[in-house]
Amino acid sequence: MMEKQDWPLWEVFIRSRQGLDHKHVGSLHAADAQMAIENARDVYTRRMEGVSIWVAESKNIHASSPDESESLFEPANDKVYRHPTFYDLPDQLKHM
Amino acid sequence: MSAENHLFLYTLHLADNALVLGHRNSEWTGHGPILEQDIAISNIALDLIGQARNLYQYAAELKGGGSTEDSLAYLRDARAFKNCLLVEQLNGDWGCTIARQFFFSTYQYYLYKHLVKSVDTRLAAIAEKSIKEVAYHLRWSSEWIVRLGDGTAESKTRMQKAVDLLWPYMGELTTAADYEIALADSGVTVNPDFLKIMFNEKVNSVLREATLNIPPDNWMQSGGKQGIHSEQLGYLLAEMQFLQRAYPGAEW
Repeated sequence: MMEKQDWPLWEVFIRSRQGLDHKHVGSLHAADAQMAIENARDVYTRRMEGVSIWVAESKNIHASSPDESESLFEPANDKVYRHPTFYDLPDQLKHM
Repeated sequence: MSAENHLFLYTLHLADNALVLGHRNSEWTGHGPILEQDIAISNIALDLIGQARNLYQYAAELKGGGSTEDSLAYLRDARAFKNCLLVEQLNGDWGCTIARQFFFSTYQYYLYKHLVKSVDTRLAAIAEKSIKEVAYHLRWSSEWIVRLGDGTAESKTRMQKAVDLLWPYMGELTTAADYEIALADSGVTVNPDFLKIMFNEKVNSVLREATLNIPPDNWMQSGGKQGIHSEQLGYLLAEMQFLQRAYPGAEW
């Protein structure tokens, strides 16, 4: 039915529980932000997956280029001192 | 007619409303205008069929004699169905489906808001469980009415046509059947006539926001609550009941 002009694509982020971050769950089509939230509710939260929904039009997401991954990420590989791995943790500390 | 029979008929009426509209909406599954709305209307269908199950289970207990939710849904003929005429009307285009859902959800929302206070604790519990779903159906369908009514010239024309087409079925929602009058007296439900003002206000305000014309209150259809239906219900039941009629007791 939308031969002339498709609805724009939106990225959907859902917070599954209070205190957790919003996590990217997928994308969908909608005419505007309001409809995108409603659609996200129907498409992605049918099994009580969420307590909060964010939507952002996909065209507004700017991504790093895979071609640049070497220069962006690999220099961190040999800087082990940036990782907090040299501490002895007491046994009582969990989830580290 | 005895009080128990009134309660049975009323519970059936509520269940039949939910089942028939749920079935109509389920006809969209796989045919929705876009994937996301296909899922949305199918979700609403599932909500309504879920409500219908709760109500049929109660009705079956009231009736006794080996009656079950399935025998009530699948083994009664059109004349025994007490749903209002609105819910059995054909899906038509998306605009018709939206208008039908909007009118019904508005009515159901105000009704259930009263039903949660019913002296019948079982009906009160079912209404309590369902009203969150109904509130969402109302919100969802209202937004579509506004979106299409205040949309393009084409969508406005079609939305207006849908509203005009279904308008004569609005009157029955707030016109009490004898079992509703009896049960309103005993505090089980509210006389739907009492909901009329809130119902009309909500409907009119959404239609106004959608820049649609509010049709005049002329002659209204009636009969569904008494089991006198439009021809559409027979076809719906033929499809819905075929399997149980052809293979009684079939399970999978």
